Amino acid sequence: MAGNDYILLDADAAHRGLRRVAGEIAERGRGVAGLAIVGIRRGGEPLAMRLADLVADLEGVRPPVGSLDITLYRDDAATALPSPRIGPSRIPFSVEGRRIVLVDDVLFTGRTIRAAVDALLDYGRPRRIELAVLVDRGGRELPIQPDYVVRTVGLPDGALVEVAERDGGFVATVSGAAAPAKEAGA
Amino acid sequence: MSERARFDERHLLAIEGLRKDSILAVLDAAEPFFDVSRRSVRKVPTLRGKTVINLFYEASTRTRTSFELAGKRLSADVVNISVSTSSAVKGETLLDTVKNLEAMQPDVLVVRHAASGAAAFIAARTRAAVVNAGDGTHEHPTQALLDAFTIRRAKGRIEGLEVAICGDVLHSRVARSNVALLTTLGAKVRFAGPRTLLPPGLEALGAKVYDRLEPALEGADVVMMLRVQRERLGGSFLPSTREYGRIFGLNEARLALAKPDAIVMHPGPMNRGVEIDPAVADGPRSVILDQVEAGVAVRMAVLWLLAAEPSERVPSA
Repeated sequence: MAGNDYILLDADAAHRGLRRVAGEIAERGRGVAGLAIVGIRRGGEPLAMRLADLVADLEGVRPPVGSLDITLYRDDAATALPSPRIGPSRIPFSVEGRRIVLVDDVLFTGRTIRAAVDALLDYGRPRRIELAVLVDRGGRELPIQPDYVVRTVGLPDGALVEVAERDGGFVATVSGAAAPAKEAGA
Repeated sequence: MSERARFDERHLLAIEGLRKDSILAVLDAAEPFFDVSRRSVRKVPTLRGKTVINLFYEASTRTRTSFELAGKRLSADVVNISVSTSSAVKGETLLDTVKNLEAMQPDVLVVRHAASGAAAFIAARTRAAVVNAGDGTHEHPTQALLDAFTIRRAKGRIEGLEVAICGDVLHSRVARSNVALLTTLGAKVRFAGPRTLLPPGLEALGAKVYDRLEPALEGADVVMMLRVQRERLGGSFLPSTREYGRIFGLNEARLALAKPDAIVMHPGPMNRGVEIDPAVADGPRSVILDQVEAGVAVRMAVLWLLAAEPSERVPSA
């Protein structure tokens, strides 16, 4: 991995992108009535908190925030978990009739999102579920599309995108792939 | 909570000999399953397509129901087979049954049997993962695990706690599994019971042993009452239930000897008025129904950890 790591998003760019996404979330819903934000553990959790703060800055109301552990809903849950560590899911509100924005750090195959949707539906019947991600790196194996993206980038399967909380914000690093000549803007 | 613990077992046959890590892995994995059972949709798709067979050679409503719900809440297909206790069960018959069940490709066999060692016998002869749901007077590992889970939830820890286990220790597979588990996790165990019902060698486990209830209760954090098995009464072990209740029954006056925040446990089914007074069983310090609730979560964790293992199991006999 050494040698060709590069920063896809620095804290400043991520912050601007998240602020834009918060605005889009408020715009699409014509406000934040009935809105809740749910982070997928563990990468999506801090992003969901941040998005809720940014929505609160814009709208004056902070939407409730939850977190979802999808381990038990993975399509390989019964076969591929040599050393499982399941975390708690916290949905401290009724999802019934709500508009829910699912949040994850990196969107890749789409399998995590499929599992998260199933998990969420076991808590009740939301009015709609939307998806916000920090990085959409392509490589989908299921027909899943994000509604809000901070940065879109096409990466080969072997590449790794890691998101860390650093410099007072979120920093996305790519390893295992050459730095891009161009990136598609979101 | 603990560091990430690794479960590395093919079967769950006994607590004795189980690695501390495996015990902690079950307790940790049970936490989210406990939450699942409190949601409105009490089911996760985790073991979809897996088959669990409950093979019960001894009647047990609670344990069988608990395992059945655990399997179903994991979306496994669950089959219950109850074999009459009256039919004399020979090794050959048991083996035949196992071979037949084996042909139906179960992933997990949950076994209860009156013979100590029955679960291990089966485990050596099947590709499925085997869970011992009670074998004779040997062990009942999931009971000890759910007891530990209940204690940890109530007390926040297990290490350093004083646990009094009271009653028919000699015949109790629950007591045997609990001593092994509690001492592995650093609790201090004392026993109380009639001399005839205390097996020799308990002191060797580092436990204090009393032939009266009161000294065992003094300063205890956890009071675990064992069921008086009525079939043992009236014979050479015990005079009568009335006599037993008078001397070894847990009532409010005796419970006052334990710590003010002590919890009271019982593996069930209870003989009210014999080993435990109804006022205590239904009192604020009783966690007896919490044990039952924990049972489903802990068994979900066990089934999941065993069935989620790589399925390349080879019979070792």
